[in-house]
Amino acid sequence: MRRKKETANIENMEMATRRRGQWRDILGRLFRNKLGTLGVIIVVVLLILIVFAGVFTKYDYSAQDFGSRFLLPSLEHPMGTDNFGRDLWSRLLYGGRISLLVAVVAVIIATGLGIVFGSIAGYFGGKTDLIITRLMDILMAIPALLLAIAISSALGSGPIKTAIAISISSIPHAARIMRSTVMSVKGNEFVEAAQATGSGNTRIIFKHILPNTIAPLIVNATLQLGGCIMSISGLSFIGLGVQPPTPEWGSILAAGRAYIRDFWPIIVFPSLFIVLTVFGFNLFGDALRDALDPRLKD
Amino acid sequence: MIKYFIKRLLWTIPVMLGVLVVVFTITYFTPGDPVMTILGTGYTPERYAAMAHEFGLDKGYFGQIGSYIWNLISQGSFGKSFASNIPIAQEIAIRFPVTLKLALLSTFFVVIVGLPLGILSATKQYSAFDTSLTAVALILCAVPSFILALLSLILFGVKLRWLPISGLDTWKSWILPVATNALGGIAVLMRMTRTTMLEVIRQDYIRTARAKGLKESVVIRRHALQNCLIPVLTVIGSNLTMQLAGAIIIETIFNINGMGMYLMQGILARDYPVINGTVILIAFIVCVMNLAVDLLYALVDPRIKAQYTSGKRKAKAIRKLRSAKTEVE
Repeated sequence: MRRKKETANIENMEMATRRRGQWRDILGRLFRNKLGTLGVIIVVVLLILIVFAGVFTKYDYSAQDFGSRFLLPSLEHPMGTDNFGRDLWSRLLYGGRISLLVAVVAVIIATGLGIVFGSIAGYFGGKTDLIITRLMDILMAIPALLLAIAISSALGSGPIKTAIAISISSIPHAARIMRSTVMSVKGNEFVEAAQATGSGNTRIIFKHILPNTIAPLIVNATLQLGGCIMSISGLSFIGLGVQPPTPEWGSILAAGRAYIRDFWPIIVFPSLFIVLTVFGFNLFGDALRDALDPRLKD
Repeated sequence: MIKYFIKRLLWTIPVMLGVLVVVFTITYFTPGDPVMTILGTGYTPERYAAMAHEFGLDKGYFGQIGSYIWNLISQGSFGKSFASNIPIAQEIAIRFPVTLKLALLSTFFVVIVGLPLGILSATKQYSAFDTSLTAVALILCAVPSFILALLSLILFGVKLRWLPISGLDTWKSWILPVATNALGGIAVLMRMTRTTMLEVIRQDYIRTARAKGLKESVVIRRHALQNCLIPVLTVIGSNLTMQLAGAIIIETIFNINGMGMYLMQGILARDYPVINGTVILIAFIVCVMNLAVDLLYALVDPRIKAQYTSGKRKAKAIRKLRSAKTEVE
C-alpha cells in the first residue's frame, strides 16, 4: 500500500517537472521570437503605467484648470492639456484602465460563452452541433461592429454595457475554435478510455477535454483583446460605449474631435495609446500562437 | 456542383431571416417608449393611440416582427423613420450608392496594391524590401481606420492643407476616405498573400515548373498565383464587409452623406426603424457576399469542385485530378 503511494508520488513529481518544463519551453520559444518579445515589453510597460497610474501622474485626471487650456506638451504636462485644462497624460493613463478593463471583461464573457457553446457542439455533435453552428453562423453574418453598435444603442452607454455589446459579437469566433479543438481532442484514446470506464459526459468534458483546449483559447483571447480595444474606442468615438467625462481612449478622442483643426495633441496622443496597445497585444498573441503550436517546435 | 450551389443558396435564406430576427429583437427590447420618442412632450392619449397605430406599435412583438418581415418581402419596405416620417427605403436608395462606391473603390485599391506587394515580398523573402514592408503591414494592422482617418485629416487636411477635410465634392475629397479605408485592408491582404505564396512556392509542382526551365515570372504567374487565390478571395470578401460596417465611422469623420451617416443619425435620434433598416440591409449584403465568395471558391479550386460534383462526373473529376497529380509527379 505504502509503496503504491510512493510510486504515485514520484509519478506526480515527474508530471509536475514535465509540466514545468513544458511551460519553460513555451516561454523560451516566446522570447526567442524578437517581435513577440517586443510585444511582451509593450504590453508590460503599458500595464505598469496604467495600473500604477497614480505614481506616474502629477495631476488628477478630472481636475479642470481654465487658466491652462490647450497647452502643448511640456515637462509639466508631458502630453499637453485638453479643452478643460485637464492633464492629458493623466487622463490617458487613467483612461487606459477603463479601456483595458472593458476589453478584458468582454473577452472573458466571449470566451466563457464560446467555451460553453463550442464544447457542447463539438462534444455532442449531430443535431445539437448543427443547431449551435447555425446559430453562430447567423451571429457571424452580422458585421461585428454593426452588431455591437445595435446592442450598444439598445443597452445604452457605460463600461459594463459596452463590454456586453462587444462580447456578443466575439462569441462565434471563440465557439468555433472551441468546437474544432474539442472535436479533435475527442478522438483521442484517453477520452475513449474514460468513456469505457464509465465516466459521465460532464466529467469527461471538464477533466479530460477542457484542459487540452486551453492553449488555443488563450491565443484566441490574446488576439481578440487587440480587436476589442479597437471596437471599444470606435464605439466610444461615435458616442456610444463609454461617455465623457469618464476618461476612455475612444471618448477622449471623441471629445477632442471638435478641436481637430487647432489642437493636434488631443487626437494624436490617444491614437498613439490605442495603436501601441493593439500592436503590443497582436505581436504577443501571434508569438504565443507560434510558441504553443507544437508543429513549429524545433 | 449545381446541387452544392442550390444548397448553399437555400441556406442563405434562413441566415438572412435569422439576422433580421436578431437585429429586430435587439432594438425591440430597448428600454423606452418609441411612441413618446415620436411625439415628444405634450400629447393627448388619443394622439398617442393614433400614432402607435400608424406605426404599428400597438401590436405585440410577434405582430410587429411579422408585419416587418411581410412588408419587407412584399414591398421591399423597411418602414418609416420615427423622426422624419420618410420611408427608410427611399432614404437608403439615395445614400447607399455613395457608401457602395466608397467600399468598392477602397477594395479595388486593396487588391491592386496589396496583392502585388504581397507577391513581391514573398519572392524576395528576407530582403530589406520584405522586412520593411512586413513591419509596416504589422503596424498598419494595429491602426483602426478611424484613427488613420483622424491622423491623416490632421496631417494632409489641417497642417499641409493638400486635401479637403469634409464632403465628397471634388475628386480630391475622395482620396482621404478611400485611402484610410484601404490601408488596413492592404496590410491584411499583403500579409495573407505573402504567407500563402511562401507556402505555395515550397511545393513540389513549383520545383517541377522551375526544373522545366520556365522563367521565374511564368512560374509565379501561372503556377503559384493561381493557388493562392482562395485566401485572397477570403480577404477581399471580409474587406468589403469591413468597409460597409466601418462606413458609419469613416462617413461621420469625413462628413459624407451615406448609409453610415444615416445610421449615425438614427442612433442619435433613437430612431429604431432607421437602425433596423440600415443594419439589416448591410447584414443582408454581407450574406450575399459570403455566398458569392463561397461559390467562387468552388469555381476557383478544383479540389472543392471535385468534392461536390456528383456521380459519374465526380468519378471523372477525381480520375482527372489523380492523373494530373501523377503527371506532375
